[in-house]
Amino acid sequence: MITVHYFARLRELTGKDEESLDRAPLTVEDLLNWAEATYPGFGKETIHVAVNEEYALKDDVIQAGDICAFIPPVSGG
Amino acid sequence: MKRYEIIDTPIDVQKYSELVLHPAAGAVTVFTGHVREWTHGVRTLYLAYEAYVPMAEKKLAEIGAEMEAKWPGVQVAMAHRIGELKISDIAVVIAVSSPHRKEAYEANEYAIERIKEVVPIWKKEIWEDGEEWIGAQKKYPEKGSESQ
Repeated sequence: MITVHYFARLRELTGKDEESLDRAPLTVEDLLNWAEATYPGFGKETIHVAVNEEYALKDDVIQAGDICAFIPPVSGG
Repeated sequence: MKRYEIIDTPIDVQKYSELVLHPAAGAVTVFTGHVREWTHGVRTLYLAYEAYVPMAEKKLAEIGAEMEAKWPGVQVAMAHRIGELKISDIAVVIAVSSPHRKEAYEANEYAIERIKEVVPIWKKEIWEDGEEWIGAQKKYPEKGSESQ
């Protein structure tokens, strides 16, 4: 199982703060594709993925037990 | 109290400048970012900020480490507030001390630019006739490029 977190626009789109997925191992790109297919309008082109609180690249592999977060465009400050 | 933190209560600016003050510091710059009422002709009623708190605090600390490497001798403390903020409330504070003023100014500006690039914090603007999450991120980085 992996945990995925949703924030900001994505939290409102999915209606969830987080959920568990039984799909590991999978790549970051796989996860983004899954999200786009599951939640129309997800907008994966502009969303980064953090794995265990660090930005990940598209071909990084997510393992069971990892904590993932979808990071839509940030706007702090 | 922590030098790098996300908080959900009003920001006490003085605390952060005191955190970085020490006998070898000849300058302290303190930047505060505030909620602005008018942006491009649109009136904001209030803002709502949210953060991925553990990662945001980690990224703030990383930015602080970058600053200490680029400007040896600086000390840094930063906080960002989340939750609902009114017009003129402080959203972010950056305190930087250094032996001389030039480094304190430069490092402080670097910090706010980096916060806007990499720290997972999101701002929703609430207007009289609607609301929107704000943000303009670059396309997904390719392998070999900078991951941020």
